[in-house]
Amino acid sequence: MVNHKIITKNLDLWYGDSPCLKNINISIPENAVTAIMGPSGCGKSTLLRVFNRLNDLIDGTRITGKVLLDEQDIYKDIKDIFHLRKKVGMVFQKVNPFPKTIFENVAYGLKIHGWKDKTKIEKKVHDSIIDVGLWDEVKDCLHKNAFSLSGGQQQRLCIARAIAIEPEVVLFDEPCSALDPISTAKIEQLIEELKQKYTIIIVTHNLQQAARVSDYTAFMLLGDLIEFSETNQMFTTPKDKRTENYLTGKFG
Amino acid sequence: MRKQKELIGLLALRISILFVVISFLAILIFISIKGFKVLNIGFLLEVPKDGMTKGGIFPAIIGTLYLSIGTIIFALPLGVLSAIYLIEYAKHKGLIKTIRIGVDALAGVPSVVFGLFGLAVFVKLFNFGVSILSGALTLGIMILPVIIKASEEAILAVPQEFKEASFAVGATKWQTITKIVLPTALPGIITGTILGIGRAAGETAPILFTAVTFYQRLLPHSIFDEVMALPYHIYALMTEGTASEYQVPIAYGTAVVLLGLVMSINFIAILIRIRGRRAKKW
Repeated sequence: MVNHKIITKNLDLWYGDSPCLKNINISIPENAVTAIMGPSGCGKSTLLRVFNRLNDLIDGTRITGKVLLDEQDIYKDIKDIFHLRKKVGMVFQKVNPFPKTIFENVAYGLKIHGWKDKTKIEKKVHDSIIDVGLWDEVKDCLHKNAFSLSGGQQQRLCIARAIAIEPEVVLFDEPCSALDPISTAKIEQLIEELKQKYTIIIVTHNLQQAARVSDYTAFMLLGDLIEFSETNQMFTTPKDKRTENYLTGKFG
Repeated sequence: MRKQKELIGLLALRISILFVVISFLAILIFISIKGFKVLNIGFLLEVPKDGMTKGGIFPAIIGTLYLSIGTIIFALPLGVLSAIYLIEYAKHKGLIKTIRIGVDALAGVPSVVFGLFGLAVFVKLFNFGVSILSGALTLGIMILPVIIKASEEAILAVPQEFKEASFAVGATKWQTITKIVLPTALPGIITGTILGIGRAAGETAPILFTAVTFYQRLLPHSIFDEVMALPYHIYALMTEGTASEYQVPIAYGTAVVLLGLVMSINFIAILIRIRGRRAKKW
């Protein structure tokens, strides 16, 4: 029996007057990797940013329908976005460490969430950096600027920053699109490990990546959720003609 | 024919730049030659003596320093906060546009008008008298547009990704601004402020009716005291008193000091800008 962490019900989203998500009904399984794929402009990143309400930053965004996190409506029951974003962390497409030290990058979220005790913060930063497999590479330069790291290291640092505040869900918005193949492989392996502890949703327009890392895959097109099933099943026997056309490279 | 036009164009460019460089060098050399005669350590560290015909300009240096510091204390927070409001909070497009036009207009107001305004408002209405406080407030208002513009540009240059990352870990808008946006924008803000101060330090008109006095034997004790200041000192030496054969060299010496001061301030600003650019890796 699969437990569902996030459930959307009849979710519509508009930017101004243009509909961006149309009647999305999706149930994201807990402690698994769910990939959302589709061509550019299909609304996959927008859907991802619904889950931590980052779309709220954009003026003129309207939403109808329900988005439930552990059966709580994130637009109605969770009054403070702060609590939502503690539970739902995010890693971005454009690798974006803060222009601060490596240590400060990871400690940032902790301080935002009111951590004061120095030794506790140090321990948590240490643990988070270990969890993303970056410790051996940065342990001697924790107080150097984060931009001194390579792109792949920076992205793992961003993952450490996201998981330091112990979220339950981690959103990945095309986390490897700016990285070389070796760094990409490391991030994918990390995602595989992280799903033991976290529910993971990853947006990608890279089919192979969706196939490699995900347990479930959603396929979106022009704001519609076309198909959602186990990754194996979708890649071997897609139900919808459009999914098949996309998977076989007829468009993309 | 086309080739000739090109040559004439190039010649015009060269003459223009030559003219600019020569003017700049001429000012430097002329002022220096006239002023260096009186320059020595005593000139910097002594008070004026014998009806301004001997001695140094120490009180004027201190006065300009106090006025500059006062100006920063007043104008920097106000300018930065205004810039934050305009960029991060103001929603109403018409209002933002109106404020921007107002700020631009403020930048174009002649400095003597600021002086009159300072006299009417700070000196008289608020009853601060002719004082460091009145002068610093007047100068502060004068350089507000510079600080606001510089801060706005620096804040706008902070990548959206930094802000999103901050929001994504649960930070509020205010936390994001104070912990991420401002530190990232700081070199730009500081550079703009220092350039503004460089301008304020050299102005005479805004402090003419609000802060300065021709001669002061003791240094000011509080912000309600009047002060001597370098630019006004030059003005006073050239227009008042009777012993011009002694006063004129002192005026040029003061000009050299003022020029050196303003150029050092600008040089510091340039250094900070260079360092900021070098540290910028995103």
